Amino acid sequence: MRREERLSDLRATLAQRRRGLARGWYKFSRNPLSVLGLVVLTLIVLAAILAPYITPYPGHARAYTNFADASQPPSATHFFGTDRVGRDIFSRVIFGYRFSLLIGAVVLAIGVAPGVILGLIAGYHQGTWTETTIMRITDVFLAVPPLVLALAITAMLTPNLMNQMMAIALVWWPWYSRLVFALASSLRNEYFVREAELTGASKFHIMFKEILPNCLAPVLTKMTLDMGIVILLGATLSFIGLGVQPPKPGLGTMVAEGAKRLPGEWWGTIFPALAIVVVILAFNLVGDGLRDVFAVEEV
Amino acid sequence: MLTFIGKRLFQSLFVLFGLSLLIFFIARVMPGDPARAALGFLATENQVEQLREEMHLNDPFPVQYYYWLRNLLHGDLGRSSYTHRPVTMDLVQYIPATFELILFATLISAVVGQVTGVLAGFFRNSWFDGLSRLVSYLGIATPSFVVAIFLLFIFSQVLKLAPGVGRLPIMMTPPPTITGFMTLDSLLAGRPDLALTALKHMVLPAISLAVIHIAQEGRITRTSIVENMQKDYITVHKVHGIRTPRLLFKYLLKPSIIPTVTVMGLDFAFLMSNAFLVEIVYMWPGFSRYAVTAMLNKDLNAIVAVVLVIGLTFAMVNLLVDIIIMGLDPTVRLRRGGG
Repeated sequence: MRREERLSDLRATLAQRRRGLARGWYKFSRNPLSVLGLVVLTLIVLAAILAPYITPYPGHARAYTNFADASQPPSATHFFGTDRVGRDIFSRVIFGYRFSLLIGAVVLAIGVAPGVILGLIAGYHQGTWTETTIMRITDVFLAVPPLVLALAITAMLTPNLMNQMMAIALVWWPWYSRLVFALASSLRNEYFVREAELTGASKFHIMFKEILPNCLAPVLTKMTLDMGIVILLGATLSFIGLGVQPPKPGLGTMVAEGAKRLPGEWWGTIFPALAIVVVILAFNLVGDGLRDVFAVEEV
Repeated sequence: MLTFIGKRLFQSLFVLFGLSLLIFFIARVMPGDPARAALGFLATENQVEQLREEMHLNDPFPVQYYYWLRNLLHGDLGRSSYTHRPVTMDLVQYIPATFELILFATLISAVVGQVTGVLAGFFRNSWFDGLSRLVSYLGIATPSFVVAIFLLFIFSQVLKLAPGVGRLPIMMTPPPTITGFMTLDSLLAGRPDLALTALKHMVLPAISLAVIHIAQEGRITRTSIVENMQKDYITVHKVHGIRTPRLLFKYLLKPSIIPTVTVMGLDFAFLMSNAFLVEIVYMWPGFSRYAVTAMLNKDLNAIVAVVLVIGLTFAMVNLLVDIIIMGLDPTVRLRRGGG
């Protein structure tokens, strides 16, 4: 009997959750631009994952030379043309997306959690020394634009993909601690938090089980929008020469290499540059769609 | 009002102090020997040891920081291992070129951003609004180095409408340096032709810098215009028969400009960081290109100095913005205990 009740409870919850998802998808799909962004994004992610199988010249993603084919303009065999050592730029762009997506995913994976936790702690301990300490440290990290700090840190370490991701993550958490702090410090005065406090719930329970779930929608939206910004930052670092190092096909690296050969071999710059714009644009469109679904304004 | 400024000033100083601690810490915990890096591989072990002693590298971290901070307050940021000159001297030489560019870019983005924002908000949902939305989406998604390369490629290399890289053509002699601003120096030297050439050289890099801010400021202005247009006082003015231009400029613009001014403060700092990219593309001999060179050559003293200069600029601009907003917005003036 009790077991049956539990089961039907569970079913009801699941049905409710499905309805929530369906409603969310309905809202999302009302905006054609967001759907377009999602489609483009799916294609890019699939292409990046399957790069070794679907690109015409997977071998060209590494150090490779074939001077007979060097500096060819776009054609049916080389959609985006070839670079000065004869590598297929289309294949390299697809492989370049791997680095971009990797940078975005890794930076957010290691940067968001500390930011969220610190913001949560500071927001819950409003008006105490804990709050002051955490938020002033956050201010210090926000005192210069993220690009400058990330560049400086990567430069002082050795410039490569790993250090680039570490540096960006190190400048990225403060944005989340600031966002979650703002959310948590208003939520902590709500009745449900007061009630939990009165019933003797632990601080840990209140912060992570009561307040945190209510912060997730804005955080998720911000993460989607930030994927675009982090990818932009990664491409920028690579462009300067402090990120993905040649001969690896970082998109920023390719733009920098190609720019030396403008205006003659325009395809070596223009296509990788457009590739960067497309992926960032796609993330922004999807992020905007999510913002409408969750009806968040703070991000 | 003064208490408020004093409080903000104290906060800024605190943040800058924290920033210096952070960046100095990172510079010192890095593997490798700064003394060896400064002297190069040809120096003898004795020389390196002597420099280590001079740079207090053998002391514990807090002592090192104390000496570094003391020198900093005396305007001594150490010697650049790349240019072999005092970093302060390098900064004084390179900063004006960047500031000239950034001020020009700020001017462009403020004017164009405001005008498009106001028009898009006033003629909401028109074709102009749609176009400005599209451009702003693209502007936000395009890295400034891509904008810079595209503009250089299209307008300078293909259409030949604009001059190429640098502050002046190579064969022209720059005017004697007084302010460090090429246009001003040319005028001071009595050479308006040179000033015009310098201005033409600034157009493309400044637009490259301004694009993203035009996009953002335009959107923000549009939002606040739309918001304010629905307010009762505007309806009252309309009912009283006040004509559109007067309504727009006298009653709508002032309250709508406040969010934009706030954003412009933030933007100034972002212009400094985007200048890193634009200056590389346009070979602009400024602070940001100096910074990138320092970073590529692992010039620790210069990197630390660059971060601090940007932090200082950021703090000062934000303070200035707060003061301007107090002037613009009476409610803020009252709330912050000034009135």
